[in-house]
Amino acid sequence: MDQLSGGEALIRALHDEGVDIIFGYPGGAVLHIYDAIFNQDKIEHILVRHEQAATHAADGYARGTGKPGVVLVTSGPGATNAITGIATAYMDSIPMVVISGQVESRLIGSDGFQETDMVGVSRPVVKHSFMVQNAADIPLIVKKAFHIASTGRPGPVVIDLPKDVTDPKVKFDYAYPVDIKMRSYAVPAKGHSGQIKKAVDVLMAAKRPMIYAGGGVIQGEGAQMLTELTRELGFPITNTLMGLGAYPASDKQFVGMLGMHGTYEANMSMHYCDALLAIGVRFDDRVTNSDVTKFCPDATILHVDIDPASISKTVSADVPIVGSVISVLEEMLAQVKASKQKVDEKSLKVWWDQIAQWREKDSLGVTPSEDGITIKPQEVIQAVHAITEGDAYVSSDVGQHQMFAAQYYGFDKPRRWINSGGLGTMGFGFPAAMGIQFAFPDAISVCVTGEGSFQMNLQELATCMQYQLPIKIICLNNRALGMVKQWQDMQYGGRHSHSTYAESLPDFIKLAESYGHVGIRIENKSELNAKLEEAFALKDRLVFVDVLVDPEEHVYPMAIKGGAMKDMILSKSERT
Amino acid sequence: MRHIISVLMENEPGALSRVVGLFSQRNYNIDSLTVAPTEDQSLSRLTLTTTGDERRIEQITKHLNKLVDVVKLVDLTEGAHIERELMLIKVKATGAQRAEVTRTTEIFRGQVVDLTNSVFSIQLTGTSDKLDAFITALGESIVLEVARTGVSGISRGEKVLTL
Repeated sequence: MDQLSGGEALIRALHDEGVDIIFGYPGGAVLHIYDAIFNQDKIEHILVRHEQAATHAADGYARGTGKPGVVLVTSGPGATNAITGIATAYMDSIPMVVISGQVESRLIGSDGFQETDMVGVSRPVVKHSFMVQNAADIPLIVKKAFHIASTGRPGPVVIDLPKDVTDPKVKFDYAYPVDIKMRSYAVPAKGHSGQIKKAVDVLMAAKRPMIYAGGGVIQGEGAQMLTELTRELGFPITNTLMGLGAYPASDKQFVGMLGMHGTYEANMSMHYCDALLAIGVRFDDRVTNSDVTKFCPDATILHVDIDPASISKTVSADVPIVGSVISVLEEMLAQVKASKQKVDEKSLKVWWDQIAQWREKDSLGVTPSEDGITIKPQEVIQAVHAITEGDAYVSSDVGQHQMFAAQYYGFDKPRRWINSGGLGTMGFGFPAAMGIQFAFPDAISVCVTGEGSFQMNLQELATCMQYQLPIKIICLNNRALGMVKQWQDMQYGGRHSHSTYAESLPDFIKLAESYGHVGIRIENKSELNAKLEEAFALKDRLVFVDVLVDPEEHVYPMAIKGGAMKDMILSKSERT
Repeated sequence: MRHIISVLMENEPGALSRVVGLFSQRNYNIDSLTVAPTEDQSLSRLTLTTTGDERRIEQITKHLNKLVDVVKLVDLTEGAHIERELMLIKVKATGAQRAEVTRTTEIFRGQVVDLTNSVFSIQLTGTSDKLDAFITALGESIVLEVARTGVSGISRGEKVLTL
């Protein structure tokens, strides 16, 4: 048995847990830990330029791989800077372990230098947190933290470590627990067979069935099983913003994303369905629209989720099924195959004919600019999709560019679309793309961003230079906070209060170049494809592609506030 | 409707703040709250009263159960149960008031536990309604100070909340 200090034990425990990369930023309270990192070579530490970026990078890594992302920050401002990233992960149920330094135990509560109550500050945005009191507790606490973060409904876990606990002079016998049992934490097992039977009966009797699948399917590794079940049933399926890739977008049964900026056919199918199989979703207000009483008025709602608290939180489920998505889907598929009653093919045909009519509306059709020069933001995403053959990891920030990427990239695989859905964190995309590139060095990591969001974490251009990350940043530059401006156009008489700043934008090309990267500007539609190809051809360089797009463009369709899902604005001149 | 929820949770630092934080974070009410270790020192029992319709109470119990420190819980108001609250109350009592206060205390089966020439300190146990009624009976004008523990409860019969 090795004699280790707390700092050494922490790093050893992370290694024993299978961690090979952590994202962090040093400071006084974590110096013992950084010394332990210096003295080993099993875990790679990535030095970011801001703690928020460390959390987003770890988050991107977790979304891409399914493994918990790990973050190390110092006390006080280091810890508080991490909060936005922790909250982002919490809202989207992303497994993450955040280790924060703390002042020495004797100073806690004395308003010591760089002291903040991290357990208290982070409490509403973590799945759980630990304050370590003895070095010898570190192995068990690390084991528990990873177990909690990655099982059940995943989420971030904070471990707060007072500096004295990591003191190199205080050693103890290190042993990593093989497994743990926590009497107060049980992971829901398989779904109830009787409930699954009830759900299958509803699906078999349905005349206008619909499948609504979300991020839980991706988190729960259920995408393959969902695809099998959906094909077996022959039902239409929609994915949420968080669920894109859970079902292949290019498949004929896929009707597109639903919700506030969902397709016409997805939202219409939701509104008029008579049986709704909701899997790994939480009936978020961006899906249901603001008045849930108008949501799917005719539907029997079957809700599958691993988190009992998600069920009947906003919309009451007629058949609730608590269990891991994959186990429920598996049993559901088996029951469907064995069922004496078969799918009502005749009604289903009528239903598909109706959906085909809705599809004819072509709600994502792009009207090219009249001058033939101005670039539409949607065209950029379509071009990126073509050049990357739909096989890139696409991270995004928040705003119009995020919705365009979600609508137009067409994700065929899970874990390829990396975005902050729940919290809607501007500044998320670029560091998340770093996490992706570290996880998959040979993959294409694209960050679709806007000139507003990008400026919220642009300091990471330095990190990308240090670690030679060949990320492709596609900036849909409309010289404004586009989504804010869109709402101001639609609801505030076009009064653009603090949403424009064209006169003070940096020269992004020079900015990228000043960090040693490549910058390419695209202003004319005629050069869009060629210049994008040029960017993607630079395989070992970070390229910042500044695409000047039409600043007048709005994201459509758009849900009408207070309406049902069928109520949409389809363009500047058309409503449902 | 008013509900009494009893929670067994790990007797760990920060556990209570998670419960209380959950209520403020999700905009649930806590009307009263009591907490103390159980016969098993590793567990605390927390009893709280809250109000809400069935749906709200269901969400409250689900979210409480989700807290990693919470081991088990029961909504006592779902079945037959016993509830008690302890009150210490200080009242002004001079002259003829002293006999009046003593008599009222006896009727409510309370005890005078301390007194001076002008002040009685009374202890009273019972349901929250009974405690309210006692204050009304004494007359609010003579009440100087009230310390109530909040509701504690246990289910009737053989049902137990244990690991």
